[in-house]
Amino acid sequence: MKNELHILQLYPRDMNIYGDWGNVLTVMRRAEWHGFTPVLHEYNPGDAFPEYIDIVIGGGGQDAGQDVIQTDLLKISPKLHELANSDTPMLLICGLYQLFGRFFKTKDGHEIKGIGIFDLETHGGPERMIGNIVTSSDEFGEIIGYENHSGQTFLGESAISLGKVIKGAGNNGQDEYEGARYRHVIGSYLHGSLLPKNPVMADWLIEKAAIKKFGEFTPQQIDDRLALAARKVALSRPR
Amino acid sequence: MMDMPKPLVTLLGKAVKTAAALRGGGSALPGLFVERIDKDYVRSTLSQLPQGVVLISGTNGKTTTTKMVVELLEGQGLKVFTNRTGSNFTRGVAAALLGDVSLSGKLTADIAVLELDEAHAVHFVKSVRPSYSLLLNVMRDQLDRFGEIDKTAQLLQAVAEATTNRVVINREDPRLLSLSLSLPSEKVSYFGLDESLTHLFPSDDAMRGGDAANGMPKPDAVAVLEAVDGQTATFRLGDKQSTATLQLDGVYNIYNAVAAASLVSKILGDKLDHDKLVTSLANVTPAFGRGEKLTVGGQPLELVLVKNPGGFRLGLTSFDPAGWATMITINDNYADGRDMSWLWDVEFDSLKSGGVSHVSGIRAYDMALRLQYDEVAVGSVEPSLTKSLHSFIEAHPDTPKRIYCTYTAMLALRRELSKITKVSKVS
Repeated sequence: MKNELHILQLYPRDMNIYGDWGNVLTVMRRAEWHGFTPVLHEYNPGDAFPEYIDIVIGGGGQDAGQDVIQTDLLKISPKLHELANSDTPMLLICGLYQLFGRFFKTKDGHEIKGIGIFDLETHGGPERMIGNIVTSSDEFGEIIGYENHSGQTFLGESAISLGKVIKGAGNNGQDEYEGARYRHVIGSYLHGSLLPKNPVMADWLIEKAAIKKFGEFTPQQIDDRLALAARKVALSRPR
Repeated sequence: MMDMPKPLVTLLGKAVKTAAALRGGGSALPGLFVERIDKDYVRSTLSQLPQGVVLISGTNGKTTTTKMVVELLEGQGLKVFTNRTGSNFTRGVAAALLGDVSLSGKLTADIAVLELDEAHAVHFVKSVRPSYSLLLNVMRDQLDRFGEIDKTAQLLQAVAEATTNRVVINREDPRLLSLSLSLPSEKVSYFGLDESLTHLFPSDDAMRGGDAANGMPKPDAVAVLEAVDGQTATFRLGDKQSTATLQLDGVYNIYNAVAAASLVSKILGDKLDHDKLVTSLANVTPAFGRGEKLTVGGQPLELVLVKNPGGFRLGLTSFDPAGWATMITINDNYADGRDMSWLWDVEFDSLKSGGVSHVSGIRAYDMALRLQYDEVAVGSVEPSLTKSLHSFIEAHPDTPKRIYCTYTAMLALRRELSKITKVSKVS
C-alpha cells in the first residue's frame, strides 16, 4: 500500500518494560489517525533485519535483558547508524537509550559496549532516580513522564540534550540535562509511557517519517483533550 | 534498650493497639511499638506453635490465598493464627499477634499462616524459618517497589531456601519453576493448570512473544486445575478428582483455591480429610476487595483489586464483562505506585464491546487516555471517587456492576459503599 509506515520495535521480548508498548501503540494509532497504514515489525535477537523501516522504537529492560541483546545490537549497529544518518526518526527509552551511547559501565566496573549513535556514556550509580519528572525542550515544550534508573548518563561534547530538568533527576541528577538528540533520534529516560502524554513528540516522529518517505505531511485533527487533562494532573503530583 | 519481660511487652503492646484503634489509626503502630521494645517478640511468640509457621508470598493473590488456606486448615480442625488485615509485613504480624495472644504472651493456635510481600518475607525468614511456604507467582509490580522482576524472584528464592519442610510452587510461573530446580527435590511440591487453561493466565513474558520458560518441562503437580465453568471447578488433588461449585468468581481466584488446597494437603499429609477439604473450598469467599461481592440497590457490585499489569490482565481475562457495567478507578498514592506506565502494559480490548461506563480516581485521565488508545468507549471521566461512584450506581440501576480499583481507591470505595450497603469490616 502506498501510505504505509513501517514501524520497528527493537527487542520487544527482552527490552520491553514499564509501558514501552505504550510508545509503540501510540505511534501506531496516531499514524492511523493521521491517515497512514502502520505496519509493525518486531525485531528480536537473531531475526532478519527488515528491509525497509520508517520509524524505530526501543525500550528498557532488566539487566538480564540487556545481556541477551548486547551482542545482537552490536551486530545490527551498522544498519542502525545508516538509518539514523539518513534521518530516520527513532525513540529510545531507558536501557536502549543507554546502549545507543558509547558504553555503560556497571557499578562493579563491567563495561557494556554501546553502538555510539549518541555521544554519551553511562555509569552505574549508587542509587535509583525514581519519580515523576518534568523537563523543558525548545522543540517539544514541557515533556512529562516518570523516570526510574540507576545509570547516570553524561553527554559528550558533540551531544545535544533533549530537555532541561524542571522537576526530577534527569540524565544523572547533577547537570540538569535529560535525554539526548542526534539528527532525528531521540533518547530519554522517561517512561509514563512517554508518547501518550506527550503527543507532540509522537506526531513529530510520524511527521519526520512521512516527510522523508512521501515528501509531505498533512496532520489530521486528533482529540487530545484526555492527554492534556492527564498532563495537568501529572504536573500536580508529588515526585 | 533493657530487656522487658514478655508479659509486660504484651500488655503494653495491647494498650498501644487499643489506643491506636481509638484514634482510628492503622494496624502498624502497635506492631512498631512491640518491634522497638522487643526485637525477638514475633519469633519467640510464633515458636510456641506446634505445627510452626506457613508463609505465603508472590506478586498477586496473597491475601485471597491466605484467607483460603486459613479456612481450609480450620475445616480440618486446626486452630490457626493469621495476619488477617493484609498488612503483609513484619510489623503487621506483630500487630496481629497482639490481638490474639493472652496477657501472659501465650498464643493458643496450632499453626500460623502469614502473608508477606516478597521484600518483607526475606527479612522475616531470617528470624522465623517457616516450616511451609507457598509461592504463587512473580509478576512485574510497580517498579518503585522492588526494582526488577528477576530480583523479586531472587527474594522468593531466599524464602524457599529458608523453608524447613516443604515449598509449594506454581509450576506455571517460569521464574518460580526455574528457582525450584535448585532446591532439593524432596522439599518441593507443585500445583498447576491443565494445558487447556494456560491461555487464561497471560504472563508478562508471553505478552510480547517472549517465553521465560524456554520450554522447560513441567514437573508433576500435587494438584491441577483441570476445568472451569463459571464458578464450578474441576481439579485433581493427589489421585482424586473433584468438582466443586465455589463462591469465587474469576479463574485466577479459583486457581488460588487450588494452590491453597495443594499446600493444605501437604501440611496434613495422611491426616487430610479430602471430603472436608472440598466442603471448605466450596464455602470460601474472596478476601475484601478481591472479587468481593456487595449488593447495591438489589444488584451485585463487585470490587476487583488491580495492583500491577499481571493482576489487571488476569482480572480482565477472568471476568466476562458482558451483561455488567464496568468502572475503573486508578489512584497513584504511594501504596498504589506513582508510575502510570503499568497501565500501558495491559490490553483492554476485552472491554471494547461494552465500553467502560465510568473512569475515576486521581489518575482518571491517564486511565481514560489509555482506553482511548485501545479505542474503548468511555462514558464519564471524573477524578472524584465519591461523585463517580454515585453516578455509576445511578446510571445502572438494573445491571450488575464491576469496579476495577487500585489499592487506595478500593479502600475509599469500600468506605463510601459502607454508607449505603453492608460492607464487612476489616479488622
